[in-house]
Amino acid sequence: MTFINYASREINCKIVYYGPGLCGKTTNLQYIYDSTAPQAKGKLISLATETDRTLFFDFMPLELGTVRGFKTRFHLYTVPGQVYYDASRKLILKGVDGVVFVADSQDERMDANIESLYNLEENLQTQGYELSQLPYVLQLNKRDLPNVTPIEELSSELVRKGEPVFEAVATDGTGVFDTLKAVAKQVLTELRKS
Amino acid sequence: MAQSPFILQEHQFQRLKIVIARLCVECASRVVFLVDRDGQTIAFHGDIGDMDTMSFSSLAAGNVAATSSMAKLIGEDVFPAVVHEGERESIFISVIGRSLLVVVFDERSTLGLVKLRTKKASFEVASILDEAVRDSAAFSANNNSIFAEITDEDIDSLFG
Repeated sequence: MTFINYASREINCKIVYYGPGLCGKTTNLQYIYDSTAPQAKGKLISLATETDRTLFFDFMPLELGTVRGFKTRFHLYTVPGQVYYDASRKLILKGVDGVVFVADSQDERMDANIESLYNLEENLQTQGYELSQLPYVLQLNKRDLPNVTPIEELSSELVRKGEPVFEAVATDGTGVFDTLKAVAKQVLTELRKS
Repeated sequence: MAQSPFILQEHQFQRLKIVIARLCVECASRVVFLVDRDGQTIAFHGDIGDMDTMSFSSLAAGNVAATSSMAKLIGEDVFPAVVHEGERESIFISVIGRSLLVVVFDERSTLGLVKLRTKKASFEVASILDEAVRDSAAFSANNNSIFAEITDEDIDSLFG
C-alpha cells in the first residue's frame, strides 16, 4: 500500500520481484544497489541461506528524487523462488504496489516460469489483488545464455495482459533499470489516478 | 488493483510523534518506532545512532508477518506481541491492527515496564491511525491535484 506522509512530504511504494528459483531476482537488486549513488539507497538486506539462496526476502530502499515536492522512495523486495517457500512469498506480497516477474529464459526453465507465474496469480488473489489490475512488468532474464527460448515463445506463454516486456542480462545490468523504470512509472501513474 | 494509498496528514503525524516521544521517555527506552505492517517507517523517536531505520522497519514487519503466520499454524489468531531479549539490547513489538509499535530498550528499563506503557500508548496510536485511514479517501479526493498533475516527464526525470 502506498504510504504518503504529508508531514515529511514522502511517497513510499513497495515493488516485489517475483519468479522461479535462480531466475535472477536478487541479481537485479544487487545490480541496482551497486549502480546507485550511496545517498539514494539504504542497505541491501538479504535474508539468505548459507548457500546464498533467498530464505525470506531481499530488501533495499531506493530514493529516486522528488515529484511535485514529494520525495519518492521505492522499497524493493524479492521473494524466495524455491517452491517450498510459498508461505514466505505470500507474506511479502502483502501491501504490494507493483510486481516484476523475472523469467529465466533457459529452455529447461520454461515449466518453472509457468509454475511460478501461476503461483504469483494465486498468491496475489489470496491477498485480495488481481494481477490484471496491478502495475506489472515481465522481464526475460539471462538472454546471454546459449540455450534460451525465443522471445516470441516465452512471451506467448508468459505475457498476461499486454504488460511491458524487457529482455535482460541482470549480471551485467542489461534491462535492469528499464524494468525498474517501467514498473515505477506504472505505480506512480496509479497514484495519479487515485 | 493496488490498495488505496494510506495518507498521513501533518496534524496526525505530529500527534503520533507526541505519543511516541512520551512512550520513549515513560518506558526509558532507547528508541521507539511506529511501523506499518508493510515495513514502512511511519515515525520514530529516540536515539537511533547510525541505525539503518528503513531496514530495521522492514525486518520488524517481516518478523511479525512470519510469527503471525506461525500463530495461525498452531491455531492462534495472532501473537499480539513479539519479544526479542538480547544481552544488552532488547526489542518489544506490539501489533496494533495494521501497524507495529517497536520499542528498543536496554538494562535501564524492564520488559514489564515496556509492556505496561506500550499497552497504554497503543490505544492512542490506534485511535490516530484509525482516523488517518478514515480520512485518507476524503483527503485524497480533496487534495489529489498534486498527484493528478504528475506528468510523464516528472516520472522520467526521476531516472535521469
